[in-house]
Amino acid sequence: MKLFKTITVSCFLLLILYSDLMKASEGNTGDNFLVANNDVSDVNSLQRGAGNFFNYCAGCHSLKFIRYNQIAEDLDLNESQLVQNLIFTQAKPEDAVITNMLPSDGSRWFGKSPPDLSLITRSRGTDQVYNFLRTFYKDSTSPTGADNRALPGTSMPNVLWLVQEQLNEKEFDQFTLDIVNFLDYVSEPIQSERKRIGIWVILFLLVFLVFSYGLYKDIWKEVH
Amino acid sequence: MSNGQNQDQSMFSNTILKWIDDRFPLSSLIREHATDYYASKNFNIWYIFGVLSLVVLVIQLVTGIFLTMSYKPSAKEAFDSVEYIMRSVEWGWLIRYMHSTGSSFFFIVVYLHMFRAMLYGSYKKPRELVWIVGMLIYFCLIAEAFFGYLLPWGNMSYWAAQVIVNLFSAIPFIGETLTEWIRGDYYISDITLNRFFAFHVIAVPLAIIALVFAHILALHHVGSNNPDGIEIKNYKDEQGKPIDGVAFHPYHTSKDLVWITVFLILFFAAVFFAPEMGGFFLEVDNFEPANPLQTPEHIVPPWYLTPYYAILRAIPNKLLGVIFMASSVLFFVFLPWLDKCKVKSIRYRGWQYKLALSCFAISFVVLGYLGMQPATGIYVVLARLFTIVYFLFFLMMPFYTRFEKTKPVPERVVYKK
Amino acid sequence: MTNLNRRRFLSIATTLTGGIGILFSAIPFISSFQPSKKAKALAVAVKVNLSKLEPGSIIKVIWRGQPVWILHRSKEMIENLQDSKVDLRDPNSELSVQPVFAKNAYRSLKPHYLIVEGICTHLGCAPIEKFALATADMGPDWQGGFYCPCHGSKFDLSGRVYTGVPAPANLRIPPHRYEDENTVIIGETEDAENV
Repeated sequence: MKLFKTITVSCFLLLILYSDLMKASEGNTGDNFLVANNDVSDVNSLQRGAGNFFNYCAGCHSLKFIRYNQIAEDLDLNESQLVQNLIFTQAKPEDAVITNMLPSDGSRWFGKSPPDLSLITRSRGTDQVYNFLRTFYKDSTSPTGADNRALPGTSMPNVLWLVQEQLNEKEFDQFTLDIVNFLDYVSEPIQSERKRIGIWVILFLLVFLVFSYGLYKDIWKEVH
Repeated sequence: MSNGQNQDQSMFSNTILKWIDDRFPLSSLIREHATDYYASKNFNIWYIFGVLSLVVLVIQLVTGIFLTMSYKPSAKEAFDSVEYIMRSVEWGWLIRYMHSTGSSFFFIVVYLHMFRAMLYGSYKKPRELVWIVGMLIYFCLIAEAFFGYLLPWGNMSYWAAQVIVNLFSAIPFIGETLTEWIRGDYYISDITLNRFFAFHVIAVPLAIIALVFAHILALHHVGSNNPDGIEIKNYKDEQGKPIDGVAFHPYHTSKDLVWITVFLILFFAAVFFAPEMGGFFLEVDNFEPANPLQTPEHIVPPWYLTPYYAILRAIPNKLLGVIFMASSVLFFVFLPWLDKCKVKSIRYRGWQYKLALSCFAISFVVLGYLGMQPATGIYVVLARLFTIVYFLFFLMMPFYTRFEKTKPVPERVVYKK
Repeated sequence: MTNLNRRRFLSIATTLTGGIGILFSAIPFISSFQPSKKAKALAVAVKVNLSKLEPGSIIKVIWRGQPVWILHRSKEMIENLQDSKVDLRDPNSELSVQPVFAKNAYRSLKPHYLIVEGICTHLGCAPIEKFALATADMGPDWQGGFYCPCHGSKFDLSGRVYTGVPAPANLRIPPHRYEDENTVIIGETEDAENV
């Protein structure tokens, strides 16, 4: 019986471990692949990332599931900072982040219209997006003049080439990581708050566990 | 002084109770199902999963009702309305994560609950109907999960529904017509989503609630089994109470409360810290809206159905695959009659059943794993191997259980304080 | 005895924390009924240009999904209001809802503009405008105003309710401010205390 239990439990644990290892090695496309390991509670990074996003990405990509004023609130920006630094369209602070580019223009220029990025880090993972942003390289055979190591044949041109040239490698990695961090925040704005609340919920349940366990022990004293 | 007050209070509540009891059997129901319902005092941790599945059922019902208030069952709006719940509705994210995590936890506790029955022979006479009703609940749960899985209208939702509905096309002659009838269209469309919504929020939950009632009624009629697999009714004291039993309330309820709390800690740890659970609870492909033109690279059902999915893919014939998959679920129903052994609990059964059950449990888990992997190379070979093990457990059961060398079963339950 | 006390303490402690837990877990569900972020975003102030609004005419705008009327009162209308002879239930708007600045006979910032919510204070129907004086349907004493077709409540051109009708209070005045001479913003005021 003991043996049987041990076998079953260890089988479960091995499987979980194994599938985790498989996951970690998946999508590794070369030596240059970096793990994003971004921190969505780092408001400074989010602010930089938001700035980068609205300067370099928002021309083509929307974030239709988030509103400007929500970003301002979560990133500790006041309304004038928001309007000056992030809103480059005619949008009002309470509007969703929609690009000015028409989807039809997008498909005409790039072959397919640039996707909405509200959930991109949840559907592709932060690592994939991070490595996509940092691994553009010049390729004269591509219609956009650039190709990408993480997503070969991408129809997105290298919009960051100027930044890539001005910054050294480390700075550029940080630049793109900030964008990824911002996009990670956008994909689930509540995530920092969620973890904070979670700690209190678990602590409360632990207190309840102490009392209910005491009561159980007390009641079962009578059972012989 | 305080004594007198207490007396007044209890007199008052007695009057109310009597008024109700004259019109509704409240006191006798409480006696029958709680304070006078005796269950063995030696229940171990395996006996907690019934109560826990009830807890998850309540969580799913309550969160489900609130999700329905903001969800839009239409192909145009479904995906956006889920994000609306996640971002715009106050606390909507918590309600949604509780529901999505709850579905996975539902299957975790139900599988453990079923395994308990197999460990201690809880399906055996006189509890065959408890077991069968339980299996019906399990089938409803699969249907509920399947219908609910389409509702977020993510890309994995869409293609999982596509694949599972197409299982029915394997049925000869009527298959194609049947799938069209299920979808109400020539592809998984708005109308399919709308009817799946109706099944998910009304039809199946009603069936589940009714069956859960029947499950508990049948159980309380025959009495709970225990880890020794013997009937506690055989030894009663002068008042006619089973000596080895303790009243459900307050003894088992106080014990259950502790385990429910432990369960809630695990549950909320998942809800608050790992609601995606690495893609097991919320699949990455479902963060992209349904796209009828592009199948996800790697299409799998939710983890709790992957054992059956692995069996489906292990059989290199469409119709046979579907038949094997369906029978792999259905075989559970016949356990009370396949198992010929007189002894219920695994504690006193022979090595044959212990070995068979271990092989079965391992094959179930391994098939579950294989169902998540691509159906190529070694994975297919392994899936076939473990499919054979899986079916041998059921098919050979009448033989290996008949000749089992059992240990002597004690007269009274084993209880160490 | 100590055993009994111990049991009592543990029972109370468990019940109490359990009760608190249930109360706390009700919060998310109850709060989820509040207007969502989307509803709040759609409920922002509306800006209305008044330069084309002729005296004696009215425009209707939507604020928070509900009708708001902007009436440009003509000279005669204002004069009529000044020597109003009708019996009003709340002539000084003591019982009615409006920003502080609108607690006057005109119930507005500027006498010639009436900005009022077009919702009857009885049961929420939309009153209709009856600006003509002493018409056949409104009777010879009618001074011009609004009439609610649902239950017959009558209001004057400041949205003040008549006596003898079911509506209990004057029509509500929404918070508003003038950005410039011809532009009004409904839903905002100059200073927050006025709301």
